[in-house]
Amino acid sequence: MNDPINVLTLFLFNIILVNIPLLYGTVGEILVEKSGSLDLGVEGTMAIGAIFGYLAGCAANSLAVGLLVSFLTAGLCGLLFSLLTVSLQANQNVTGLTITTFGLGLYFFVGKGIGERWPAMTASEGLVKGYASLEFPLLSKLPVIGKALFSHNILVYLGIAIAIAVWWYLNFTKTGLRLRAVGENPGAADSVGVNTLLYKYVHLIVGSGIMGLGGFYMALYMSGSFEGSNCWINGYGWIAIALVIFANWNPALAILGTLVFGFFNTLQIYSGPLAGVFPGPLGWLNAIPPQLYKALPFLITAIVLVASSVRKREGSGQPAALGLNYFREER
Amino acid sequence: MKKILALALAAAMSLSLVACGGGNTSTPAASSKPGASGSGADVSTPPPADSGEFKVGAIYINSQNDTAGYTFQHHNGITTAMKDLGMDPATDLLIVDTVAENYDDVCKAIDTLANQGANIIFGISFGYIDAMNDKAAEYPDICFSHGTGYMANDTNFNNYFGRIYQARYLAGIAAGLKSAELGNNSIGYVAAYNTEYAETCSGINAFALGAQSANPDATVYVKKINTWGDENLERQAAQALVDTYNCGVISQHCDSAQPQLVAQENNVFGCGYNSDMTEQAPNAHLTAAIWHWNVYYQTAIQAAMDCAGDASKFVEKMGGNAYYAGLAEGFVDASPVNEAVAAPDTAAVMDAVRRLIKSGDWDVFTGVKLSYTVVDGKVEIIKTDADLADNQGNVIVAAGGPSVDDGVIKGSMNYNVAGVQEG
Repeated sequence: MNDPINVLTLFLFNIILVNIPLLYGTVGEILVEKSGSLDLGVEGTMAIGAIFGYLAGCAANSLAVGLLVSFLTAGLCGLLFSLLTVSLQANQNVTGLTITTFGLGLYFFVGKGIGERWPAMTASEGLVKGYASLEFPLLSKLPVIGKALFSHNILVYLGIAIAIAVWWYLNFTKTGLRLRAVGENPGAADSVGVNTLLYKYVHLIVGSGIMGLGGFYMALYMSGSFEGSNCWINGYGWIAIALVIFANWNPALAILGTLVFGFFNTLQIYSGPLAGVFPGPLGWLNAIPPQLYKALPFLITAIVLVASSVRKREGSGQPAALGLNYFREER
Repeated sequence: MKKILALALAAAMSLSLVACGGGNTSTPAASSKPGASGSGADVSTPPPADSGEFKVGAIYINSQNDTAGYTFQHHNGITTAMKDLGMDPATDLLIVDTVAENYDDVCKAIDTLANQGANIIFGISFGYIDAMNDKAAEYPDICFSHGTGYMANDTNFNNYFGRIYQARYLAGIAAGLKSAELGNNSIGYVAAYNTEYAETCSGINAFALGAQSANPDATVYVKKINTWGDENLERQAAQALVDTYNCGVISQHCDSAQPQLVAQENNVFGCGYNSDMTEQAPNAHLTAAIWHWNVYYQTAIQAAMDCAGDASKFVEKMGGNAYYAGLAEGFVDASPVNEAVAAPDTAAVMDAVRRLIKSGDWDVFTGVKLSYTVVDGKVEIIKTDADLADNQGNVIVAAGGPSVDDGVIKGSMNYNVAGVQEG
């Protein structure tokens, strides 16, 4: 009935398609945390990027406008966070949670306010075409991996490109090095003339903007259907915060982390078909309680967290001053 | 400091576990409508003679401001019923919303409504059951009515639910006819749960039997998402059904229209649930199994008013302590067929079966199977005695046997009929 190769291909394809928004959230949060700020507002930031990006994209009938607006509106969340925590020295944890509450609230407020006049994605040719799958010539014809890796929509490739670009920026540029210094020890960075205030502001805004792009991706993935019971982001923002730890604050590792989390996320849908086409090696999948798939990624993160705390500082990518506000006068 | 940070991160992680289903945030637990009785200052405008003193109380699981979903359906039903009875929901309806299925919270909500002078209290969610049962004894002067539950007493406490499986059967006919037209016997079904609840598996079974009546070779592939509402998983599940089992029709037991949107994007077809989803997916949606909650709420509020202050007569006025209506009472139905995409004669066949079920001569879970012949738009229903068997080969009802709708009403149904496959 089912072709095993086909099921395997679809499984791999969906791991990437459904879970790339996590990568945006994670990479954005890594950039933010590397500047020393622990922003727990990822969920709300993504929600704001999602809804405003989608509405703008529909209004302008253009994917590019949607991307830009989602980046800018989510960036405003980052600006708000910087104003409160960097300039006004508010508690970072509380501010982050506030932004989540605020973002989700605004999401539902705007969506329900629009009500009947909510634009359908099918009415916007620009968004439908922009989100359509792009087939790499030749590569997409390869068996299994052709479909799984080389026939996705443009936002998948953009997400991976951003992850690699941020990894390169953090590790191989002078500004990236200074940014890491700000996150490790803002006092020391300040004393050698790095503008810590500027670094924190810029990276909070850009990092939040990247999260917003992930929100925009979710909006398109959900066909822009606003129904008011779930938010499109649906907890992805929280998972992204856990993924930052899992990836050890390394954007390149975040790609791997996204795939691991995505593997379990997609497996809860695909366990049935996989067990059906590979009854011998994978038949046991049917016996696993489905709740386990939801718990496993967090269990792995907990293990990683324990392992990294046992190793102490060596090899940990966690910025030393993460979560601490920097008072220049108390240096 | 590192410890605190580690703690904070750990907290973030556990939050992410909890928040996965998170939608609504921090709505106040108790929000009462203004205008509760007892001010006495307003003497210039006496309340309407009929219903002025009568207050309806409701306890909702989600926000009363929802624009879709379970709470929305019930809120809509209650307000429609009240308007039809000449009451004003703005002043006569008392609401406590976003009440979790937690004994103490429900008790508090009931106390609030009782203090505000509610004459009848509706609780819409299954988990309210114990609190409602206990409070019904504590407040004998108030009528209590619990949706989807099974507890009741002989005086002031009843429960209510409906034969939605009859509507599912009708939707199944539309799906079966479409699958026969397509020449594709695979039908998908995105389900919140399956055999864990009689509510879900009876819906799946009835839908499958309806589909098989129109296309005997139809197989219904069920994909569970193990939660009542998660739009993301609903989409993934529907897409997987189309991709892996090549399903040509997608049905659903979940709130959002995502499965229907997926059907439309893949150029296949679908049957919705809870609301007519033709608006969301005009090129895919055939028909939906829907509830008319106002039918029950109007009956119940009228019965409570007829008690004339003596709540102990409520159960008597309702004609029993378990209300279980179906197609015949207009409590459930299939939404109008989307003629643009449905197979020919779909509406005619559904109408014929609708009349048959309403007449009471036949019901879904019996040892009699239906099939149809249509000549020039005239439908003839053919009844055949056949075993009703589960998908393990056990006979549930022997050929010609009577209905086992009891299994749905009492919640003991826990199997899938032949032709249903979980995957």
